[in-house]
Amino acid sequence: MLALEHVSVRYGGVDALKDVTLTVVPSHVVGLIGPNGAGKTTLVNATTGLAPLATGQISLDGARINSLPPHLIARTGIARTYQNIRLFGALDVRANLAAGAYARKTRLTNDEIAALLERAGIPGIDLDARAGALPYGDQRRLEIARALAASPKVLMLDEPAAGMNPSETSRLVETIRAIAASGIAVLLIEHDMPLVRAACDSVVVLNFGEVIARGTPSEVARDPVVVEAYLGSGAEALA
Amino acid sequence: MQTLLDFYAKHSRLIDQIGVNAILALSLSVSLQAGQLALAQAAFMGIAAYVSAILALNYHWPLLATIVAAVLVSTVVAALLAYPVRRLRGVFLAIATIGFGEIVRVIANNLKITGGAEGMSGIPNDATTPVIYGSLAVVAIALWLLSRTKFALAVALVREDEYAARGVGIDVGAIRTLSLALGGAIAGLGGALYAHASFFITPNDFGFARMEQILVWCVVGGVTSPVGAVIGSTALSILPEAIRFLADYREVSNGIILLVVILFAPGGLASLWKWRRGAPRDPVRVHA
Amino acid sequence: MLAQQLLNGLFLGAVYALFAVGYTLVFGVLDILNLAHAAIFTAAAFAAFSLAGMGVPLVLAFLIAAVMAGIMGILLDRVAFAPLRARNAGTLVPLISSIGVAIIIGAVLRGIYGVDERHFTVGGLDTAPVIHAGPVTFTTVELTIFLAAIVLMLVLSWVLRATPLGRRIRAVAEDRVAAALLGVNLELTIAATFFIASSLGGAAGVLTALRYNSITLDMGGPIELKGLAVIILGGMGSVTGAVIGGFILGAVETLAIAYGLSEWRDAILFGVMFVLLVLRPTGLFGKRALRAA
Repeated sequence: MLALEHVSVRYGGVDALKDVTLTVVPSHVVGLIGPNGAGKTTLVNATTGLAPLATGQISLDGARINSLPPHLIARTGIARTYQNIRLFGALDVRANLAAGAYARKTRLTNDEIAALLERAGIPGIDLDARAGALPYGDQRRLEIARALAASPKVLMLDEPAAGMNPSETSRLVETIRAIAASGIAVLLIEHDMPLVRAACDSVVVLNFGEVIARGTPSEVARDPVVVEAYLGSGAEALA
Repeated sequence: MQTLLDFYAKHSRLIDQIGVNAILALSLSVSLQAGQLALAQAAFMGIAAYVSAILALNYHWPLLATIVAAVLVSTVVAALLAYPVRRLRGVFLAIATIGFGEIVRVIANNLKITGGAEGMSGIPNDATTPVIYGSLAVVAIALWLLSRTKFALAVALVREDEYAARGVGIDVGAIRTLSLALGGAIAGLGGALYAHASFFITPNDFGFARMEQILVWCVVGGVTSPVGAVIGSTALSILPEAIRFLADYREVSNGIILLVVILFAPGGLASLWKWRRGAPRDPVRVHA
Repeated sequence: MLAQQLLNGLFLGAVYALFAVGYTLVFGVLDILNLAHAAIFTAAAFAAFSLAGMGVPLVLAFLIAAVMAGIMGILLDRVAFAPLRARNAGTLVPLISSIGVAIIIGAVLRGIYGVDERHFTVGGLDTAPVIHAGPVTFTTVELTIFLAAIVLMLVLSWVLRATPLGRRIRAVAEDRVAAALLGVNLELTIAATFFIASSLGGAAGVLTALRYNSITLDMGGPIELKGLAVIILGGMGSVTGAVIGGFILGAVETLAIAYGLSEWRDAILFGVMFVLLVLRPTGLFGKRALRAA
């Protein structure tokens, strides 16, 4: 279980995150939504050790992790994908998967590789293809496969559906739910409301670095505070 | 057989140079593979050359002992240098290491024990061709073995994307330090051999001009594999001899080749044989 | 005594500043460390030497050499940098290709002029009138060189601040993509930047050659590396910084010589630079922040 308690992050005088408390439990998908600049990626960065906390703490299964350097945090079992894809583009698919498993073991067996690709939804992909040359949707899924290669306890997906069309997006829902079902605690940052509704068990809404609402996707979508944050006052509900 | 021996006798100096140059090029390629444009190899080379020369001349140590000592010193210096520059990337790292090189040169230029500006002469000429090429073989084999380890994967990942590398649990700082230290060790070996293969050494043998030369070898040969470093240093060591007829304009070929490679074959000569699939499009992909 | 040393430092610093400004301008606009800058510095000096040898008056030779250097800068960009821009090669590959051009320029100069040191044969350089002004003395040559450097830097400052071209250059330096979207002709602006930067570097070369009445193939070596220290001190990409940094460096170097640390002066310079890089990489005025580890 990943727990953020009263977490604040300050960037040069600006509160990027203010007193955020949030937990993600195994086999659960928590959606993190909010307008652009609300602090969603900052939250992921803070959790992975890329942004220092001004206050609060972050713990994994009871053990405090926020003072660890990023690479050690990753080794505790937290994996992520990135808003702007950060694959090892010049290396092949195989190397990217081996990279994901770096902390765990030296070599992935063919079976393990096949399983990872299956879980990520790209079972037939060419292992020798250059990661950067893959189609966009495959790249996003390869990032997920790389993250899964670490056998993580927590998986944070930062806008994995960006740039995908509706049919790809609904395939992604299945992928995400299956990942959660395998016991991983999933945090999903997304703008795509249908995806959030379909994939998430609960949703946390950020605006200007603060949590403004929590609940199931439908509760949150009807919450006037949330609607106003996204669309300005007077709007009815989010999609 | 006789013609081979004659060839060797006539060109032994060049052949030795080629061997030493290959070792020096390999030392830089290790840093470049980690994505660090750390231009201190010439300084490490110089430090080792002087250590080796001093031990041989003043204390009469045998060759192997001086080499080991010199390599140890250069490795330690490289590892220590990694600490202050740990946050520097790209051009800033390049400049910092160039500055370090200049400081080393000035120190060598001013100490009595290094012979000051006149350098040191009369170093025992016992780095024979077998010794040099034996050392090159050792380095090559060691690097080849290393390339099959996790360390090599980590180095490639750090080169490609440092943030993502951290995200998969790699201690980027440690990898950078190790690769700098490894480069320092190999450069040290090259330096010690250089000292024992030359009649004399002066501080200017290890300055920025030398550093540029090593960099050109690596880029021309290709930094995506150690083979490239060896190809580049060998080709560019032979070339001046082969085009003697150009006389004073000889060096222009180095510059032209470098430009041609950068513009048209950025993976270097080694990439022309497609040695490594998925080679980066440009010779030095580093974080600016 | 101190005043004299400071004055010497000022004179030395002016030329360092002039050279460094060209370095930093290219870095500020393109994020490239142009290691062919020193080669152009040297080439301009030799050009002025040849022109003077043909009877061209020194002032004219100086101007022609500077313009020639500017043109070399434009060619340098077209050959070594522009193709790399087109394929998005990053910032370190151009550094290496600039080394290639520097090697070529050096080799060509060597072929044409040989390895011997050259001197201007124009009379008057070695016997220039000496001026005594209170506690300090200097020659008219030194003064002229100093003033020339100052004038050139003032002209540059004016160009950058007050002309449309200067605004375009600063826009490209700030954000290349945005500038292009706003209609700035990138390639033309970059060419202009190289012309300016290289002609200033070439001017520095001619002035240095005149100051010591010596033109050698390796005259660019020391200043190339010291130029790095200047732009680190002043802040990469900051013209003001390069100017101030140049003067500070000139002062430090002269004082080091005066106070008996002459042989160690380069180590001191680079030691300071190294410490700066580790502690405050943005220098005095630089805006370029570094990503921390």
